[in-house]
Amino acid sequence: MPVQVHDHDGGAVQLTILGSALLAAALLCALYAAGSAIYGARTGDRRWVESSRRSVYAVAALLTTAVLLLEVAFARDDFHFALVADHSSTTTPAFYKLTAMWSSQEGSLLLWAWVLSLASSGVLYITRRRHREIVPWATAVLAGLGAFFTGLMIFKAQPFAHLDPAPAEGAGLTPLLRNPYMAIHPPMLYSGYVLWSIPFAFCIGALISRRLDASWIRTTRNFALVAWTFLGIGLLLGSRWSYEELGWGGYWGWDPVENAALMPWLVGTGFLHSVMVQEKRGMLKVWNVSLISATFCLCLLGTFLVRSGVLQSIHAFGASTVGGPLLALIGVAAIGSTSLIVTRLDQLKPERRIDSLLSRESIFLVNNLLLVGLALVIFWGTFFPLISEFFTGDRHSLAAPWFDRYVAPIGVLLVLFTGIGPLFAWGRLSTAAARRLLLWPVIATVATIVVLLAVSDARSHLWALLVFAFAAFTLVALAGEFWRAGASRRALTGETFPLALARGVARNRRRYGGYLVHAGIAFTLIGIAASSSFQTNRDLRLRVGQSAKVGDYTIDYRKLSADPRSERIAFAAQLDVTRDGKHFATLNPARNYYPAQDPTAGPIGRYFMGESTSEVGLKTGAGGDLWTAFQPDLAVLNPAIIRGNRQLAKVGPVAQGIAIEVLAQHYAQSPPPATFRVIVNPLVLWIWVPGGLLAIAGAVMAGWPALESRRRLEAAYRARLGKELGTANPPIT
Amino acid sequence: MEFLLAVAIVVLVAWFVTAPLRNRPSTGGEDRTAAELADLEARKEAKYRQIRDAEADRAAGKLTEEDFKRLDRELRGEAVDILKRLDRLRGPDRA
Amino acid sequence: MDPSRKRKIRLIVALSAAVLLAAGLVYTSFSASTEAKQPSQLLQADPNGTYELTGKVVPGSIKHSGDQLDFRISDRDGSHPIPVSYSGTVPDPFRDGREVIVTGKLQDGTFVGQRDSLITKCPSKFTTTTAGQSS
Repeated sequence: MPVQVHDHDGGAVQLTILGSALLAAALLCALYAAGSAIYGARTGDRRWVESSRRSVYAVAALLTTAVLLLEVAFARDDFHFALVADHSSTTTPAFYKLTAMWSSQEGSLLLWAWVLSLASSGVLYITRRRHREIVPWATAVLAGLGAFFTGLMIFKAQPFAHLDPAPAEGAGLTPLLRNPYMAIHPPMLYSGYVLWSIPFAFCIGALISRRLDASWIRTTRNFALVAWTFLGIGLLLGSRWSYEELGWGGYWGWDPVENAALMPWLVGTGFLHSVMVQEKRGMLKVWNVSLISATFCLCLLGTFLVRSGVLQSIHAFGASTVGGPLLALIGVAAIGSTSLIVTRLDQLKPERRIDSLLSRESIFLVNNLLLVGLALVIFWGTFFPLISEFFTGDRHSLAAPWFDRYVAPIGVLLVLFTGIGPLFAWGRLSTAAARRLLLWPVIATVATIVVLLAVSDARSHLWALLVFAFAAFTLVALAGEFWRAGASRRALTGETFPLALARGVARNRRRYGGYLVHAGIAFTLIGIAASSSFQTNRDLRLRVGQSAKVGDYTIDYRKLSADPRSERIAFAAQLDVTRDGKHFATLNPARNYYPAQDPTAGPIGRYFMGESTSEVGLKTGAGGDLWTAFQPDLAVLNPAIIRGNRQLAKVGPVAQGIAIEVLAQHYAQSPPPATFRVIVNPLVLWIWVPGGLLAIAGAVMAGWPALESRRRLEAAYRARLGKELGTANPPIT
Repeated sequence: MEFLLAVAIVVLVAWFVTAPLRNRPSTGGEDRTAAELADLEARKEAKYRQIRDAEADRAAGKLTEEDFKRLDRELRGEAVDILKRLDRLRGPDRA
Repeated sequence: MDPSRKRKIRLIVALSAAVLLAAGLVYTSFSASTEAKQPSQLLQADPNGTYELTGKVVPGSIKHSGDQLDFRISDRDGSHPIPVSYSGTVPDPFRDGREVIVTGKLQDGTFVGQRDSLITKCPSKFTTTTAGQSS
């Protein structure tokens, strides 16, 4: 293989062709896998199914090679790859070179297909000796999806497009994406989207083969859990990025692209709960197959929204070539799964009816309705521009207040059910027990309301007050669950309480991991309610030396400093913050100006006319954040810039660099008044810590596979021992 | 050189993918039993987990003795069914 | 009451609640929404309505005066410039010639934007930016 790339054009040509060849081979393998799986299922010849599984492995190997090839090209600044030239440059930091792949549509598609191939291989390996009826059809669905995305890359958005001659320098990665959150956020979100296709494929397999017991759910539950977790991490990172990197101070704006990620997460949350009802009680079968189909379609829709530009979004991705095919795929998935469900209604009859409203299954049903209802509201709001255009001919759009009006009450109820669900038992909870279990949580709720009304102005923020009250309910209820786990085991075994608690929890990791997730969600919602209802938000216009008061804080604008470099010019303000007369923090909100590639802006002007990003000055604490952003007024530089453009057009870059340095330093010496946005944001950190972290930890605990299989193995041996020793009942340890 | 590489990849993939097809078609009897056994084992585990859950709920005072007995009887009945089917499948080589 | 009858009643109650909620959703969304208009369309629209004005920033028209930002927005083809006055956060890529969205209403021939409603669209492939809504 050629190693010399820069001065060896021939070699590089082969590399991009090799990449395209790998994709073509992957497409052929995926198509073969789908075909042979169906043939194997039809004829019952296992060899074809076996062969299709191996073909899926081959897809994974080929795509892995393709990803590596592209990443190596990014790492070596091989601008023969059009993708590298468009999204990276020699000055891009090494870490961001590696993450630049998914800042493009082509790279994102490759990531999609690659993660899909890995996940498909994983699930097919695990099920290689099981579910003989379901697996061939699931293989066909997964391989079909793989073929679709590989095909998109070959025919619509080539990641291995070739440039000859290669440009000396690339365009560089968009400055806004040079942020660690943004580097990890897209793969997390995409992995979340992709992994939902595993339970979906098995659901379709179960529907086609009419094996509609809970076995497809058991097999793919961990994949669903991982998908849910990745999607959740993607949402958390995206909101954190928005909070720290976009200079507006919010973490959520009900933008179509944000909503597109939230909807499958909500419906998926419902699915994770309702499958338990099917598994334990044999109910909600139609509901479950519908939910997973909806989740998967929403994932495709998310990809579509991000990539099509059909809705007016702050994420302006521009029109794309893959919108049409994606829409067709969504149509096929939606119509296909609906018709499968309708023709199999006979096999989807519930085995039982709900006994009592005081049962976990009925609580789960209510929480499912809330989650799906919430997703429907968001769906309606997101697509309202299209809906209204269809009915009235004009595009109307809905802003945050409309969303808040519906989301707040549903969110409040969801917090409450986050706590009630764990309290209730499957089947039927006795009224006496309900009274006993609800006692402390209700006391906590009432106490929270009384205290908050007494010490804060929560009176004027009803929804926030209810969120706090119900979050208290939930947290106390969950603490009670953990306490009971320890106490009942201690009563049984006589172990010390901590040991009994640890063992009791370890014995049912799935349940208690789930409870940790619930606690995390409660914290996150406290953070959201507090920061959105009790935020103080001020825009200040200050000269150097002036100060202003925001909430309890006095903000003093001490000085402005300039840091002109070749890749960007940074202006940073120094703010001294005092609280109650004491020094509280020194914040340095800054604004970075990246040079424009556009030559019409002039040799000096281009340094000030390109992209700019905010570095917020942030003092974070458990009680709240002090958030500051800075916007210098560069208009006074305009005459100097115009003069410079004219006079310095002919001189070399060194002299221009000196001129820019002088200009920037001069500006920093005597700047005009600048605009600051200052936000006092109570409890906002709770959204991510402990909220998000606790939820992730809980999900990992609930889904960790190694321990699970070991325990299952051990339990299987114990069961066999029991049987072989002639015990009448299966041993319950 | 690159052409040879591409051909090598194609040959390797084709050899790997078609390997099962070169075997003699099996009747699949043993295979089928193994698959069904794995499925039943998973079902049995799930059922055991449910029985343990019910016991934990009784210990935590969430189920009345009466409700627990009804639920437990039901669940154990289903567990016994699974065990019977497991034994039937394993029967020949056990007995 | 026999259980099947009870279930039927429950179903009817649930369905009517759902229908009511859906009707509320439809009603509020039409009354709370704002219409997107280009400057040329805005001139013919009901002068008292609130709109989302979309178009391009006329090059050279941006002026800061204190907290307030004055500029002009034209149709995408550069015709029909309308003066806009706006205060609040200005998104990072706000520049001459960029495509922007501002929510507000027309007052005496000037489009007065709501605070923090300015959104900039970027011409590049994957760039996100917002002035967003702070609630």
